[in-house]
Amino acid sequence: MLRPFSISGIGALVALLLACTFFSLGTPRFLRGENISLILQQAMVIGVEAIGQTLVILTAGIDLANGTVMALGSVVMTGLAVNNGVPPVLAVLIGFLVTSGFGLLNGALVTTIRLPPFIVTLGVLNITRALTLIYTLTIITGLPDFMNTAGNTFTIGATQITFGSVLMILLYIIMFFVLRATAWGRHVYAIGNNPEAVRLAGISRTRLLLSVYALAGLFYGIAGLLLVGRTGVGDPQAGLNDNLGSITAVVLGGTSLFGGRGNILGTLVGTLIVSVFNNGLQLMGVQEIYQVLITGILVILAVSVDQMSHRTQG
Amino acid sequence: MNAKRLLAACCSAAIVLFAAQSVFAADQSSPIKIGLVVKTLTNPYFVTMIGAAKKYAAEKGITLITGSGAYDGDNAGQITAMENMASAGVKGILFTPSDSSAIVPTVEKLRKQGIVMIALDTSTTPESATDGFFATDNFQAGKLIGEYAKAAMAGKTPVIAMLDGTLGSTVSQQRHDGFLAGFGIKEGAPSIVSEQATNGDESKALTAMENSLSKNPQINLVYSINEPAGFGAYTAIKKAGKIKDIMIVSIDGSHNGVEAVKSKEFAADSMQFPAKMAQDGIDAVITYAQSGVKPTGYVNTGCALISDTPEHGLSIESSSWGLHNAWGGKG
Repeated sequence: MLRPFSISGIGALVALLLACTFFSLGTPRFLRGENISLILQQAMVIGVEAIGQTLVILTAGIDLANGTVMALGSVVMTGLAVNNGVPPVLAVLIGFLVTSGFGLLNGALVTTIRLPPFIVTLGVLNITRALTLIYTLTIITGLPDFMNTAGNTFTIGATQITFGSVLMILLYIIMFFVLRATAWGRHVYAIGNNPEAVRLAGISRTRLLLSVYALAGLFYGIAGLLLVGRTGVGDPQAGLNDNLGSITAVVLGGTSLFGGRGNILGTLVGTLIVSVFNNGLQLMGVQEIYQVLITGILVILAVSVDQMSHRTQG
Repeated sequence: MNAKRLLAACCSAAIVLFAAQSVFAADQSSPIKIGLVVKTLTNPYFVTMIGAAKKYAAEKGITLITGSGAYDGDNAGQITAMENMASAGVKGILFTPSDSSAIVPTVEKLRKQGIVMIALDTSTTPESATDGFFATDNFQAGKLIGEYAKAAMAGKTPVIAMLDGTLGSTVSQQRHDGFLAGFGIKEGAPSIVSEQATNGDESKALTAMENSLSKNPQINLVYSINEPAGFGAYTAIKKAGKIKDIMIVSIDGSHNGVEAVKSKEFAADSMQFPAKMAQDGIDAVITYAQSGVKPTGYVNTGCALISDTPEHGLSIESSSWGLHNAWGGKG
């Protein structure tokens, strides 16, 4: 269904608002401008990764390799700049090329050999993890200034806002319109919803899926650049749990894991829910293990709401 | 689920949440907040450190906020925890860096905000990036068991397997080098037949030990970077039926480790004092909060050699002393 917001999407927004209310009541330090900016900054890497994950999930696929592909991209771009003297902009573009390339590989394996996306991306997860460690076992430091841009801030009033978090929001808005208003976007929903109809309409499944996975790969590269900007280093150990983290964000946002249904803005809400809980619980001094517990409960609630609303709609 | 029911659910949720937050918000009135960020919550060493810190914080009447990475090496997770603590208004952050150099940009950023940053157990690279560094002298810890092993192996030809920690870890490197110095050999000596990184993880150490034994069945001495690694090695050696032939030395000094010394699983164990690191760290932040004086430089929190087999010329504590002073509970 292409209604602007599904019940589960609204549910996610309500959950986010409730969480923010809860934490602002719990501690006066939550609603400060710097803290909100911090939350956005902490959400931006997973947030952008989750854009790619949403695209893949809408086609009834899943991507387990997003974190390690991102890590590979980030060490390649930092390694080239620091160790090989490649100009930073070029190094970043090569990093994007690498991540999109692996996205394309995922797509190719899914379409031509017809392997389930779960298996394909599981294999690519291990391959990219190994390649990352082969490329560098230690963290890459001493980055050129350009690469820190995403982590740099500009000031509005009394608050500092990170460029990277603004980029994340812009990317979400752009992808929202692409998915709603372009033929490509409609086809992405269609192939998850009704692959037979897509075939009968003469749309190439191969070309469509290749474009989805490759574009997802590009987003992982962008997320890698944001990570580099945020942490100031190229880290081969980064993103190991980001596959589950991004899937959580997608599910919390109301997108169906079976494909064909969902709103990408819901993913943004889902990402923010996780970051808000992480930040809020820590501000209140609650042991972070409860954050993990709460996230698990939220995921089950989100999927249940989604399932129930789907059933009552008939 | 229609809109009305959704609204009703939300209202009830809001009421529950409001009630719940008043429970959580209970301890918001303490004047001084201190943050403690460890590597991961799955290593009993860090769990002990947090437990000791919480107890001491309660005694001193300060609020302790804790955090960690998701796995050993999760630098981004530690950065997030530190930023949140800064946002919570902590006066200082005690931390054990998962990666000594990667955490430095964040440490410097928070220092500029006036938060005192103290490294515990593992230093940053460079060490001067923090306001203070409270830790065991890890070189000394390795040296103690190296000296012990040398004395205990006198007359035998040593065939050594080294089970190290995480690649790039300063703690791992220092203990490794200390052991070599204590034993009196150099890196690459022919008596060292195997060197494997275990990340200080028991199951990885088990696999590494099995592979080492497979490579060279003559191994008679095992250096392990910490007790989980030592326990992994012990399991492998037991499975191979070689308990009588191989000596294991380790570092940490937890309750389990000292029990292992008592039951002769470990020949010797260098004991650390993580509770002291946490307590000294908390004291230093309180001093800073009250007087503005920051700690500087390195503070040695000490280490002691635990063994039940005396060796000439070495200062050794017995396992009974060890059990009185060990960190960590039973289990």
